[in-house]
Amino acid sequence: MRKSITIVGASLAGLRGAEALRRDGFNGPISLIGDEPHAPYDRPPLSKKILAGDWEADRAALTPAERFADLNLDLRLGSRATKLNVDSQTLWVDGEPEAYQGLLIATGARCRTLPGTEGMNGVHTLRSLNDCLAIRTALEAGPRRLVVVGAGFIGAEVAATAVGRGVPTTLIESLAAPLERVVGNMVGEVVAEVHRSNGVDLRCGVGVTAVHGREQIEAVELTDGTIIETDLLVVGIGVLPNTEWLEGSGLTIENGVVCDETCLAAPGVTAAGDVARWLNQRYGELMRVEHWDNAVEQGPYAARRLLVDQPADPFTPVPWFWSDQFDRKIQLAGRPSPDDEVQIVNGSIEEHRFAAFYGSHGKLRAVFGMNRPRQVMQGKNLLAQGASWQEALAVAAAWE
Amino acid sequence: MRIVVDYDLCESNATCMDLAPDVFEVRDDDFLYVLNETPSDDRREVMEDAVRRCPKQAIALKD
Repeated sequence: MRKSITIVGASLAGLRGAEALRRDGFNGPISLIGDEPHAPYDRPPLSKKILAGDWEADRAALTPAERFADLNLDLRLGSRATKLNVDSQTLWVDGEPEAYQGLLIATGARCRTLPGTEGMNGVHTLRSLNDCLAIRTALEAGPRRLVVVGAGFIGAEVAATAVGRGVPTTLIESLAAPLERVVGNMVGEVVAEVHRSNGVDLRCGVGVTAVHGREQIEAVELTDGTIIETDLLVVGIGVLPNTEWLEGSGLTIENGVVCDETCLAAPGVTAAGDVARWLNQRYGELMRVEHWDNAVEQGPYAARRLLVDQPADPFTPVPWFWSDQFDRKIQLAGRPSPDDEVQIVNGSIEEHRFAAFYGSHGKLRAVFGMNRPRQVMQGKNLLAQGASWQEALAVAAAWE
Repeated sequence: MRIVVDYDLCESNATCMDLAPDVFEVRDDDFLYVLNETPSDDRREVMEDAVRRCPKQAIALKD
């Protein structure tokens, strides 16, 4: 039985892991190490409530201060894990070695950047609270135009929030429709229509070929030759898992920390959240999931995993996420693939209020909802049960 | 144990309904209804899970 636990990464997965251990009655020392200066905070409001100016930053605290104190954690903020050796069970923090007994890796991910924009004023990515506050300040200053590169969830939410603040906004997406790679073209076109009808200048099927400006961003040039003048650019083109510090650690690093079906990466070492790539036996493949809900579930699972020889069940969640854009709530459960059959099973595309099933090989694969939370959750249960396409359609038919 | 929902925060993601459909229900009007505000104590673990899994942190338990 391990007497102490070290958690690297003081965000959602790491903190919820620490809380689970205390809930279970583990009373040994728990170190929670994070490289940001802030106490653990929630990231979804960074592209919504806080960016909009509706919330101050302290409202995003993941656990209220008084409850946090009860956890009795050794919280080490502003500290960065720099190296690991799993054979000698040694972790280096800010270059200093320390022994660990059980280690949970939850170092998350960081934003990809647009080449040629390093150090340029007016160019941002959004991951941290500091990123959010910098963009918020820039929006408050009344920019001539905001250009957002990438209409994934972060980019689309930033565009929606900026338009809500009255900032002229152009959203650039290299695919034919926002989220097309995840939800397919038909549903992606509905998301596009939501943005256009709310005043976003959405340009799809174009990429950025050049960024003009020296110290300050002045314009972006697109693959169709268009030049868009701008003084504020937010880049939302995905993330990379934070694994560089694990080179030479003895762990398998391949688009994340590779783990078995129980989130174990090596004896006494687990991983959770955006950085973890584990064998999800539900799908029979290694998966890395960047969703909030996954961090909330996987953090506790991976922390508890350090205290048992073998857990009763492997970690087999159905992925689920939500995104709020204007007054539309987008949710997706499961794993759609591009060649799935897509069927609207509730509501209608015209109203921007519908649920869609994705299926292939006689099975339900995913359910998408726009302002249809009840249907998405019922669909998620069908996915958890491994429902066939026909069974799923029969359930949906009863919704009408 | 009493369920308290902050309806200013709640955005009807329905994760609570997923965990405890006998206590939480998101209806077709997209609003959350608490069907049982005082679940029995043997449901505490599930209720605490509903609190944690709420994306908007809109649910609280009061003793």
